[in-house]
Amino acid sequence: MMLPSEHSEIVSRWRGPHASLVLGSLVVLLMFAVMGGVWIGSVGIHPLALFGVVWNALPFADVNPWWRPTDGQILFGIRLPRVIGAAAVGVSLSTAGVLFQGLLRNPLADPFVIGSSGGAALGAAAGSLLLSLNIAFLGFGIVPLLGFVGSFVTVWIVYVLSRHHGRTSISGLILAGFALGSVAGALNALLVILSDQLQIRFMQTISWILGGVSVNGWTPIVSTVPLVLLGVLAGFVLTSRLDALALGERGATRVGVDVERTKLAVIATASLLTAIAVSLSGLVAFVGLLVPHAVRLVIGPNNRLLLPASALAGGSFLIVADVLARTLLAPVEVPVGIFTAIVGSPVFVLLLRRARGSYDF
Amino acid sequence: MTSSRSQPAISVRDLHFAYDDVSVLHNVDLCLSTGERVALIGPNGSGKSTLLGCINGFLRAESGDVRLFGEDVQGMSAREIARVVGAVPQEFQMPFAYRVRTVVGLGRSIHLGLLGALDEHDEEVIDQALERAEVIHLQGREFNTLSGGERQRVVLALALAQEPGILLLDEPTAHLDLSHQVEVMELVGRVGQERGATVVASMHDIDLASAFFDRVVVLDRGRVVADGATGEVITVDRLRDTFGVDADITKDPASGRPRVTARVRAVGSGTQKSSSDLGSG
Repeated sequence: MMLPSEHSEIVSRWRGPHASLVLGSLVVLLMFAVMGGVWIGSVGIHPLALFGVVWNALPFADVNPWWRPTDGQILFGIRLPRVIGAAAVGVSLSTAGVLFQGLLRNPLADPFVIGSSGGAALGAAAGSLLLSLNIAFLGFGIVPLLGFVGSFVTVWIVYVLSRHHGRTSISGLILAGFALGSVAGALNALLVILSDQLQIRFMQTISWILGGVSVNGWTPIVSTVPLVLLGVLAGFVLTSRLDALALGERGATRVGVDVERTKLAVIATASLLTAIAVSLSGLVAFVGLLVPHAVRLVIGPNNRLLLPASALAGGSFLIVADVLARTLLAPVEVPVGIFTAIVGSPVFVLLLRRARGSYDF
Repeated sequence: MTSSRSQPAISVRDLHFAYDDVSVLHNVDLCLSTGERVALIGPNGSGKSTLLGCINGFLRAESGDVRLFGEDVQGMSAREIARVVGAVPQEFQMPFAYRVRTVVGLGRSIHLGLLGALDEHDEEVIDQALERAEVIHLQGREFNTLSGGERQRVVLALALAQEPGILLLDEPTAHLDLSHQVEVMELVGRVGQERGATVVASMHDIDLASAFFDRVVVLDRGRVVADGATGEVITVDRLRDTFGVDADITKDPASGRPRVTARVRAVGSGTQKSSSDLGSG
């Protein structure tokens, strides 16, 4: 046994993956995804038009355009906001996924699976019904606000229902999420029918429910991107407490974490992010499950790195998914939610089968 | 904090505790001065884990009070308690593939800033905790792939990383084989001495408790029925009255402490066999 005073040799410490390397490469990936997303579309555009338009926008620069005058409008008026919208959805859902998985100590938690998305969609739908009354609260629109409330309440109920003796059982989680999600879905359908009967102008469309990125122009981007960044920042501040929660609620209390307050903060942050994603794109399933899971496999479970890495990877993932969704069956545009559900469900089932040995059902 | 080191490390006075309407602890008194090490023994359901839960503030007593270095535990936040008490639970699982060093680093949770980064001092404390618990060679391993004895030592290192004045251990040897039991208990003893920490360990194995502790407290149906020097507490009468076991007690030639051997009547044969394990699981 060595006493501290005796130990002169420097212990080589185990270090996780290099954070700047991981985050740096994911930033580069995101930049490529944005450029690809802007460039690829139903209207073919010269590959270099993108750079030409940017170059000409600089005050000192002026080259003769080799692109059509409409190209600049398509690139920056239509495609760029849509790509940024897709990225915001991916970032929000992936970050919310990391938060829910950490809170529930369960890699299968996802905003869609545990009913958070459904609750948010119901809230948002109710909000858009009330929109005709022109209600706003503290400058927030009523739609994202009620979306947030819907998500928060749903997750809280699911959390309470699925917990036994301080542990969240996987079956309880999925069943409660399914039950609450179904209720939210039914009420949502009811709202659609009622609004039709009452002939109230309803923003909601089938495509929105199915999860299509419905971003036209810059207005929704300007109002949501700051909230996404705020949510990710809040999530990052919570990561060390999220790691402590891996010890279980009692274990986290033992090392000095105020568990009740942390739970509240985590659910609020994740609900905010889910509500933003839902207001931009409806119900996009399994992104919050797939992305953090894949990232965790590569860099490990430490939330301080996992959360920002998943946010970046999720942004890239949804940009790519959205490009595929709008080009694979062109000119038909498939809602990206259908695409992620088709890819995500098998992975979910696979994880469920693998988890059978290590969780109580 | 208003606490003073001249106060007893742990002072439990007239403690009553009940789960709903089932009464579990009755006027329990217990006082430990700084650096003292005590084993808590008693049959299953005698209230050992409940008492530990009351000491680290998880459980709220009906009446009576628990003070840590003079401060009422019910008035302390989780953060304040974690500064003073390091607790090692009976069973422990991690979700996800956390590495040993990260797990032990969670003991520094209350020392982190807003952005949650460990500084050089934290890293040194973690190094020392890993060394003391003799798991530094495991620091890059996945926690969930370790053996039971290794895990128990890692969890001990986690508690040590909190730099606590008090260590609470809930049956630290419950799921270990004999060599690991001895290993973990030796470690606990050494760590307690080096750090001057006050140690309370609930033990289901009376022989181990007797081998590693100078003072033993016996709980029986929620009451303290004996509290004192190991040699005076662990007697043939006590084992018969509290545990319902006929046992032989001999003196360990090296330490002078009692060694307990239960007499087990073998079913059907009528002959008497010996077993050195009084553990009731």
